[in-house]
Amino acid sequence: MSILIAVTTLAAISILFGILLGFSAIKFHVEGDPVVDKIDAILPQTQCGQCTYPGCRPYAEAIISGEANINQCPPGGETTMLALAELLGVEPIPLDEEHSNEPEKTVVYIDEQTCIGCTLCIQACPVDAILGAAKQMHTIIESECTGCDLCIPPCPVDCIHIRPVKVEPDTWRWSLPESAQTAPKHNN
Amino acid sequence: MTRTSDQLWHFHGGLKLDSNKAMSTASPIVKAKLPTRLVIPVQQHIGKAGQILVKVGDRVLKGQVLAECNEYVSAPVHAPSSGRIVEIDELPAPHPSGLNTLCIVIETDGEDKWVERQPTQQPTSKSPAELRQLIRNAGIVGLGGAAFPTAVKTNPGPQTHIETLIINGAECEPYISCDDMLMREFAEELISGCAIIQYMVSASHCLIAIEDNKPEAIAALEVVIKAQALQNIEVVSIPTLYPTGGEKQLIKVLTHKEVPSDGLPSEIGLLVQNVGTAVAVHNAIILGEPLISRIVTVTGEGVMQPQNMQVLMGTLMSELIEQSGGYHDDASKLIMGGPMMGFTLQSDNLPIIKGCNCLLVENTPPETPATMPCIRCGVCATVCPAQLLPQQLYWMASSKNFDLVQDYHLFDCIECGCCAQVCPSQIPLVQYYRFAKTEIWNQERDRIKSDHARVRHDFRQARIDREQKERAEKLRKKKELLEKKKLAEAAEKETGDTPEVDPKKAAIEAAMKRVQEKKAAQQAASDE
Repeated sequence: MSILIAVTTLAAISILFGILLGFSAIKFHVEGDPVVDKIDAILPQTQCGQCTYPGCRPYAEAIISGEANINQCPPGGETTMLALAELLGVEPIPLDEEHSNEPEKTVVYIDEQTCIGCTLCIQACPVDAILGAAKQMHTIIESECTGCDLCIPPCPVDCIHIRPVKVEPDTWRWSLPESAQTAPKHNN
Repeated sequence: MTRTSDQLWHFHGGLKLDSNKAMSTASPIVKAKLPTRLVIPVQQHIGKAGQILVKVGDRVLKGQVLAECNEYVSAPVHAPSSGRIVEIDELPAPHPSGLNTLCIVIETDGEDKWVERQPTQQPTSKSPAELRQLIRNAGIVGLGGAAFPTAVKTNPGPQTHIETLIINGAECEPYISCDDMLMREFAEELISGCAIIQYMVSASHCLIAIEDNKPEAIAALEVVIKAQALQNIEVVSIPTLYPTGGEKQLIKVLTHKEVPSDGLPSEIGLLVQNVGTAVAVHNAIILGEPLISRIVTVTGEGVMQPQNMQVLMGTLMSELIEQSGGYHDDASKLIMGGPMMGFTLQSDNLPIIKGCNCLLVENTPPETPATMPCIRCGVCATVCPAQLLPQQLYWMASSKNFDLVQDYHLFDCIECGCCAQVCPSQIPLVQYYRFAKTEIWNQERDRIKSDHARVRHDFRQARIDREQKERAEKLRKKKELLEKKKLAEAAEKETGDTPEVDPKKAAIEAAMKRVQEKKAAQQAASDE
């Protein structure tokens, strides 16, 4: 008899929890992977594809699936890599030799004398930062340009050039004192 | 009536430094000569730069607006003397970066002719909002060094009640004496300015805090207060201790209150203004004169005649040094501000701006020992007036741990330099904090920019998808239509007689018939 009580109780409990879990799976259903959003928020959104993925979000998805490493984002540099390591709880991986320095921020500009108005760059721009129409001169909206350089290869007349973002007194940064080179690292 | 020291409190830490002020207070304030060329940076304040109203070739009068502000946190700049605009270009301006900024260059005509000024005899006849507008139009910013627009600071909002106005005459940094001399020579103007600000924020009383190493200034102000029999303005002599002149430190000394970490003094019913700002407010309201000049201390062992000078904004520093007898042979370093919080300038060919209180020329310093590793002695924490842990901040900043350094309240650091002063290892601690601060601001700007780029990228992606869908839909419809037509034709051929008449088609045919008839009728009419 007592065995029957135990079995029934356990069965009742498991049914109850089954219903509860099933209900919450529907009620609290999350579309997509929230961690992808978090990674995407850290990435610099240049959409440049230098990570070998077609944009920042695909790269975020590749990191989650274990396909990509966290050190493949050259525009983000060390800062982004460290932030990703922190978020995902993995060991920081040094960047490739060529990307180890902090990348200089650049934007592109169109040499308007040479532009023939082919609209190829407009189609390449991931953030709609190029203004123009067929057979009309094009121009870059500098404040919107992310410096991804994706517009450069399609240009048939090579009229798009890279230039560094101008440092204003407002955006200027103090440098780390020279003695910092000898200072030991702080681990926390 | 001076308060006694038992009614005062202490802030944490602080340092007793050699004041070195006497060398520049021996002679009265000298009016600097009118220069032939004035270089006016458009942005001399915290906030947005103004919009330039003049162009090259324009004649301007003294006090005329050169650039107006169209943002809330901003300030206009005015012509310090009459003359002609000869250049508007990016020129070197005093900033730690040494970068060029947009400047307006005036070639003075020597007439020094004013625009029409509108003095207000009785400030209380105007509402506080009107007075604030006058202060805003006069381009007044905090003259203690931070250059925050005064009109913004004196507008704490309708919910906030200001109980006490504190006028900061502490001037705690060594060598600087411009506030001291200003209080001695412009005591009446200062008291008048205090009364105006007090009226504007409806503060019930006003404390003028002065370090006890300035007895002449205290005496000068007390004479004026006694003569005018003012009840609610009080001069307080406070102990000389660096950095008493820091806003939060001064509040602690006078009221024993702590300003919240991310908060403003107005949250605890206080407003702090520099003495120079109060005099500028007097000039703006009572005389109708905008902020076009200030008192600058030209001092240090590297200059021949240290003195205080009344200087027009835009006067080149080299001219002030020349009028102070020139450099000593051993002069080695030009600093804007004091030895603790100032920054080194690369050249003296730079204009005086609103926030420039002192030009310090240092002579060759005794050889400083090289930076040594931190020995964790903790002396820096004992002197920090903001009660921070400078050593921890240093480790975190040097390892670029910017999240943690903010958790340790980096942004409460006032960069007073006490920690670096006492460091036995000669570590330039403040430089680490400045590095971390600008680096964090930069990351914040990057984050905003990348968020913006993400929105634009997502929008573009959505647009491309939508267009693709629309195109596919159109294609499908067209195909369907063609297929139907084909089927209909095939059916017609098969049966030989007319299939079911499509009403649309019939309508089109009928319309075409009508047009043909009309045309025929017209033809006939024209033939006749």
